[in-house]
Parts: sequence; structure tokens; C-alpha cells
Amino acid sequence: MADTEDKSPGPPGGNGWRREYWKRNLGLMVVLLAIWFIVSFGCGILFVEQLNQIVIAGFPLGFWFAQQGSIYVFLLLILAYCLFMDRLDKRFGVYEYDEASGGKSDEGGAS
Amino acid sequence: MSDIQIWTTIFIVLSFGAYMTIAWRSRVRETEGFYVAGHGVPTIANGAAIGADWMSAASFISMAGLIAFLGYDGSIYLMGWTGGYVLLALLLAPYLRKWGKYTVPEFVGDRYSELVRTVSAVAAIIVSFTYVVGQMNGGGIVFSRFLNVDITWGVIIAAVVIFVYAVLGGMKSITYTQVAQYTVLIIAYLIPAVAVAQTMTGIPIPQVSFGQILSGLNDLSVELGLQVFTDPFNSRPMIDIFLVTMALMIGTAGLPHVIIRFYTTKTVRGSRWSAFWALFFIALLYTTAPAVGAFTKFNLLQGVNGVSTDNLPQWVQNWAATGLVQVNENANVVNSVSNDPAAGADLTVNNDILVLASPEIAGLPAPIVGLVAAGGLAAAMSTAAGLLLVISSSVSHDLYFRYFRKSAGDYERLFAGRIAMAVAIVVAVVAGINPPAFVAQVVAFAFGMAASSFFPAIVLGIFWKRCNATGAAAGMIVGLGFTIAYMLYTLEVFGLAAHDPVFGISPEGIGAVGALVNAVVTIVVSLLTAPPSRHITDMVESIRYPSVPRHTSAADSGGE
Repeated sequence: MADTEDKSPGPPGGNGWRREYWKRNLGLMVVLLAIWFIVSFGCGILFVEQLNQIVIAGFPLGFWFAQQGSIYVFLLLILAYCLFMDRLDKRFGVYEYDEASGGKSDEGGAS
Repeated sequence: MSDIQIWTTIFIVLSFGAYMTIAWRSRVRETEGFYVAGHGVPTIANGAAIGADWMSAASFISMAGLIAFLGYDGSIYLMGWTGGYVLLALLLAPYLRKWGKYTVPEFVGDRYSELVRTVSAVAAIIVSFTYVVGQMNGGGIVFSRFLNVDITWGVIIAAVVIFVYAVLGGMKSITYTQVAQYTVLIIAYLIPAVAVAQTMTGIPIPQVSFGQILSGLNDLSVELGLQVFTDPFNSRPMIDIFLVTMALMIGTAGLPHVIIRFYTTKTVRGSRWSAFWALFFIALLYTTAPAVGAFTKFNLLQGVNGVSTDNLPQWVQNWAATGLVQVNENANVVNSVSNDPAAGADLTVNNDILVLASPEIAGLPAPIVGLVAAGGLAAAMSTAAGLLLVISSSVSHDLYFRYFRKSAGDYERLFAGRIAMAVAIVVAVVAGINPPAFVAQVVAFAFGMAASSFFPAIVLGIFWKRCNATGAAAGMIVGLGFTIAYMLYTLEVFGLAAHDPVFGISPEGIGAVGALVNAVVTIVVSLLTAPPSRHITDMVESIRYPSVPRHTSAADSGGE
């Protein structure tokens, strides 16, 4: 397992990368959670009556957000998170390859 | 035996045979295999297993029926149960996977203290148990209608089957069985939905085409004494819709049997993608459910509107035998329909039967009706098995051996876990025969309890290093205590009288307030007491980054 670790490019700049990595992770999280809140609680609940004035393909818009649209957005948010984090991992040289990890290489920080 | 019963029996025997075979072939004897499937489940399979594990009898059997009667207000279940996955994926899954233990109490045990671990083990048992009762009841409904047995026997049959394969194999067999169960349940859900959408609108995509019947449904509903389908806040005020949705989201993210699933992936990255695949598989059903609800309600109302009570469709008689559909004896012609027996409508239809009855109501052939029954059972069984595993691991791993037998070996631990499952099943059968509320409501309570206990402790534990054991213990006890007290106050359970809700907040929504109370108490108490040790803050630091360069970090992890 040490082999796979040594082959990875190694984090640039000592401890600084960790702070940077965490900051970017948190920033992404806040943006995605803001969208999560606006779409579900905003469009689906707080402003549903106003949005229901608009009807598209038979669906009042607020009703559509509550019963369909928010679910699609949730799915896209998680997809965006996975893709961004993969990119972030690659950029910092800490990308995990499923085959190489061998199941037990990352038993957790507690060990 | 009718055609429907023959086909139901065929599908149930075939699907159960498949589950049993899979369970037997992947049985395990080691602790790691039993609880986390050896950390070796591929991401997409894990996603499907999470989907089956988590989509319970409530999702499959109850939800579309609830939405059919609640209209817009049923969105709480759709948004609440799916929105929780965003929280789970972003706030919990990768970090808990990085920590890499077997159970949720184990995480809080390491992060905080033994006391917090015990509190959360007890909370996990309460939550999972409340939830299991709903599954037993759901399984019982399917058996009693389709196999023509008493509902009590239905529950007992379901319990025996669940016990056999949950006990045999643990997580590994459950995971692969659940992949099979997901396949059965999604096919069973989509085929009738697509068929109904095609016959009614000519567009075979239910998600798109149910918009076409909404305005007709609104008119029909009003005619039969029901609310306008697409109008919001008919049954609950806005504040309650908001809080119930929030409680279900936080509860989903705090459910111990879902969280444990993210330990079964190979990598931290795998746990993130598992969350994506899980929601993908769940969304297939969850975007279809409101369409099924709308179509079925439309068909139901149109089929009985103004029809004389001697002349009602066949499905009414089939379901009347289970007591879940009732025709008012004083009525000659159906002019009103309700899901509430107290309303005294001409026709009373229980929420829980709509999905199961949907193909019959739409006049689809018998094999499809049988397939839906098999799907409903798959949903109930897969969730029950996952929950039993949590109960078993909490009892044996987090309670019994912590306090009584620290030196016990693997064999003894597994044995104790299986005994715990057996006891849980027996108690769940008793409670499943006499459920305190209808299926989806029972499940909503479990979510409220999960929301008000684990979620704040776990999230603060990851994102706030200053959070300490005293704070977390105080927060969990106060949050959960507050939530349960409010539920007991507003509901008629255990012989207590029901009181009016405060500010219109229903017992399902109180979990969101409980979670807030929990977080505030945790933060205040943490700040008033000593900060956690350096050892613990270092551990928290380490779970925030990928594991690959960890060997370099051990030496220089001093920097904050």
C-alpha cells in the first residue's frame, strides 16, 4: 500500500495544501447547500403560491418544483459535488483509484 | 384461487427463491463481512443496495397513496426524503468513510466518549426499531390481501423470511440481496406506472405526462369533496410543511442504517459516488410516485363518481375484504371519497393500498398486479433486514460487549448479534400487528428521532473541532428527549391523551426543532466546558483530507 502512496505525485507545499484543499471543499459545500435550500425550501415551499401562477405542460410551476424539479436538482448537486471533488483530488495529487486501494489501505484516521 | 393470487404467489416464490439463493451463496462468518461487507462493494451496486435498503414499505406502498390524498402537501415526503441525500453526500458520507468504523455509535464513541456512544447506540435502537415496525405492517398488508391470510399471519410470514436471510449472512449477503430486491421493486413500480401513463395520456413517461391530467384531477377532487390537488397548504400550514420537510431531510441523513452503508465502499471517493448512485436509483421511484398518485387518484375518482354502491368496480370488493376499503352502508351512490374513516364519506380508501391496488384500479392484467405485490414485499424486506442489522450491531457491538464481555471473540459477537435480531423481530411482530399509526407516519417519527439525535452530533463532530463530549451528550439527550416528549404530548399513544400542536407544528415536523435544540445545547455546553484533547482534534483534522498522503501527515499534522 505504501507503494501506491509513493507513486502519487505527493501534495505540493507541505501543510499549506491541506488548508487550501479544505477551504475549497467548504466553499463548494456552501454553494451547493445554498442551491439546495433555494430550490427546495424557496421554490418548493416559501414561494410556491406565486410560482403556481405559471403553468407549464399542465404543471403549476411551484407544484412542479416540489414534486419533480427539486429531486432532479438534488441529483445534479451530488453529481457536481462528486465531479468537483474528483478534480480537486487530482489537482492535489490525492486521487484514489479503486483497484489500487486494496480495501484496507484506508482504515481511517483513528488508527 | 383467482388469477391475481396465482400470479402473486408465482412472483413472490420466484423472487424469494432468488433472495435466499443469493443470501446463502454470500454468507459470511467474520465480523467485518457481517457488518460492512469487508469494505469491498462496488459503487453502483452499493448505490442500488442503499436504494433498496432505504426505500421501505413506506416509499413503495404508502407514499404514492399519501400524495394522492394530500396533493401538493405530499411533497414533504418527496423533497424531504430525497433532499436528505444532499446533506448525506456533502456533510457526512466521505468523512465517516474516512473514519472507517462499523457503526455510527462507534464514530461518536471515538470522537466524544463512551457515554455519548451509549446514548447514540440507544438512539439507534429506538430509531431503527420504530422504523422496523412500519415494515412489518407493510409486509402484513401485502400478504393479507394477495395471499388471503389474516393480517397477523401476514406479518408473521414476513418476519420469518426476513429473519432467515438477515441472520444468515450479515451485510455482505444483505447487500447483494438488496441489489436483487432493488431490481424487483423498481420494475414492479415502473411497469404499471408506464402502462397507466400510456393508456391515459399517450406518453409513456409518467414524470412528464401526469401534468396533463392535473387540471382534470383538480376538478374531480372538488366534485367529490376533496381539496384542490395542486393547491398548497390544505392539510398543514406553511410552517409545518417547512419543518416536516426539514425533519425528513435531516432524519434521512441521520438514519443509522443508511449511514452504515457508506462504510461498505472501497474508498472515500467511492462513498461520494455511492451517494450519487443511491439518489439516482431512488429518484427513479421518487419522481414516478407523484405520477402514480395522480393517475391512480384520477382513475379511482372517475371509476366511482356517481356510481351506485351495488355497482362498484371489482377492486373495491377485493380490498373491502381486508378492511382497508370501506363503503358507507347508508350511501346508495358514491358522492364523496376520503382517506379518513372519521370523515364519514361514501367511500373510504386507506392510503396504504393505492400503489398495490393501482394496477387493479387501472384494469391492468393479473401478472402485473402480482409483480407489484412482489415489489412491495421486496421493499419491506430489504429495509427491515438493514434495520435489523443496525439493531444487532448496536446491541452486540456497542452495548453488550462494551459493558459485559470486552474479551469476546468474533463468533460470540456474531451469535449475540443474531440473538438481538431475533428478539427485535419478535417485538416488531407484536408491534407490527398493532401499529400506533399508519405506515408512513410511523416512519416519519423514526426520522424525527434520527434528526434530533445523531445528525447534529455527527456534523458538529466533523466540522467543529471545539465540540466536546459533554456538549454532544447533553445535546443528544435534550434534543431527543424534547422530540419524544412533544410526540407523546401531541399523539394518542401508550394511553396518553392527544393535545393540540403548538404553532401548528405536527409531531412529524418536531424533529427539525429538536435538531436545532440539540445543536444549540451542544454548542453552548461545549463552550462552557474544556476543549477536547489534542489527540481527538488531530483525528478530526485527519478525516478532512484524502487518505493517500497520510503517511506524511502523521509526522507534521501540527498545523491548523
